[in-house]
Amino acid sequence: MSSPPTFDTIIIGAGMSGLAAGIRLAQFDQRVLILEKHYLWGGLNSFFKRAGRRFDVGLHALTNWVPKGTRGTPLSKLLRQLRLGYDDLKLGQQSFSEVRFPGVKLAFSNDFELLRSEIARAFPDQVEGFESLVRRIDAYDAFRPSDTSLSARSQLSQSISDPQLVDMLLCPLLFYGSAREDDVDWYQGVILFKSILQEGFARPAGGIKPLLDLLVARYRDLGGELRMRSGVKEIVHEDGRCLGVRLEDGQELAAQKVLSSAGWAESMRLAGDDMYARHVRPEELGTLSFVESIHVLDREPADLGFGATIQFFNDAPEFRYRRPAGLVDTQSGVLCCPNNYASEEPLREGIIRTTSLANPVAWRELVGDAYEAAKEEVQTSILARAQEHLGFHPRDYSVFSDCFTPRTVERFTGRIDGAVYGASTKRFDGKTPLQNLHLIGTDQGLLGVTGAMLSGVSMANRYCLKPSLR
Amino acid sequence: MTSEEIITAIKDIIATIAPDEELVGLDTAVPLRDQIELDSMDFLDIVMELRKRYGVQVPEAEYGELNTLDGCARYLAPKLEGKELKLVNA
Repeated sequence: MSSPPTFDTIIIGAGMSGLAAGIRLAQFDQRVLILEKHYLWGGLNSFFKRAGRRFDVGLHALTNWVPKGTRGTPLSKLLRQLRLGYDDLKLGQQSFSEVRFPGVKLAFSNDFELLRSEIARAFPDQVEGFESLVRRIDAYDAFRPSDTSLSARSQLSQSISDPQLVDMLLCPLLFYGSAREDDVDWYQGVILFKSILQEGFARPAGGIKPLLDLLVARYRDLGGELRMRSGVKEIVHEDGRCLGVRLEDGQELAAQKVLSSAGWAESMRLAGDDMYARHVRPEELGTLSFVESIHVLDREPADLGFGATIQFFNDAPEFRYRRPAGLVDTQSGVLCCPNNYASEEPLREGIIRTTSLANPVAWRELVGDAYEAAKEEVQTSILARAQEHLGFHPRDYSVFSDCFTPRTVERFTGRIDGAVYGASTKRFDGKTPLQNLHLIGTDQGLLGVTGAMLSGVSMANRYCLKPSLR
Repeated sequence: MTSEEIITAIKDIIATIAPDEELVGLDTAVPLRDQIELDSMDFLDIVMELRKRYGVQVPEAEYGELNTLDGCARYLAPKLEGKELKLVNA
């Protein structure tokens, strides 16, 4: 790669983190290029069309909801950095959500007092412990963690003596953002607790696409370049310095900096077999993936008695958040009803989404008809379990359904084993062995729509804007 | 630019990056952070906007000089000498 750099920054991936980073850099007149291998943007939070309907790939909720005008929270900081207005997101709030374990349930909403009163009702002897946990969380600056090796489970257990309550609080945090089995790093657990339980859930009107369209339009208006169907084949480097990228079609593009949202192991793989072998430890690879199914119904779930927006359930005596031995673990999971968000543009049809832990290796081994048959079989067992929590069977009202597996995720996002939450160890400083290659998104450590965008913003600020001042 | 113009320039930049903040009646001698919500990311934006609008470079070690509007006027006066005020939110 002998040509002088054409771009100040090349960003790999047009997902939430890549688009947010791109906006930041284009805002300050950098020459930025975002490369996306898929023909749609959004990455792990994209959308797709089937049978004339548009579906969100992964969106259950935008976390970190706060009322308009709230200051100093992740969502307000993000909006300010991207120069977006609160009203641009057209957020509709959740009705309420629930965590259901055998014999006990806890409701929560965007008003934290609901969870407080639920704890007092279901776990009266844990009220003091819960309040002490909340005080510790309020006082903790998770964006400048002093120790990234602490376990959330052990930290929660220091305040709360009832292991079932520890599991019930962990359940939504793990399902919505842990790449570690049965646990999450404490600083990440704090971020998740605040964003899910203290702040809350909302949904942009129309789902993820209007939000993505807003980001893409803003990025392009600022002069940023976005190339679709432009997969990166190789991250080109020399003497520990990243020089740019080589695309699948052979074209070479030089840049001063490269930000990669491809994932830690995936980025090292792009940097070559030698880099991968030297720097990626097998135990860092994400082990968790999911099967997601979407059911379009001929009526609203609320009319069938299901009023919750999100329900996290566990029917097993012991809550497990692990890679299952079989194709999926049906004993726990997430049910999401996007109709149960307030919205100025209500959904035209009823929707129920289900999420279940899945084993990517088991899915990989299936070929041809066996794969399709397994999808069908797995959906049947997931729905049989979901019926108990929904109060109805989605197939009785279904007009369309779709289901995707770890294989689908890997095919569209390039994530090894479809590990949507990425590597089990995060790289909070975004550093890689190459001095001007930095990680953004899932493997930098912030998850979800808001988290991924904040990741792109903070890494772009730190590595691409600040050095240019010197 | 005069001191008053520099203060106007900074307020205009803040109006761009933090449109929801009330900027009327700011005390020029009191740290901005004590009067409106500005974090370190916002200060980076003030510096980046100064660079974008006026070609002024502020090294990270000197961000502290921008703590108050009076400080901005003092610190930026030599850097903005002979430059014309550009208002985006007029």
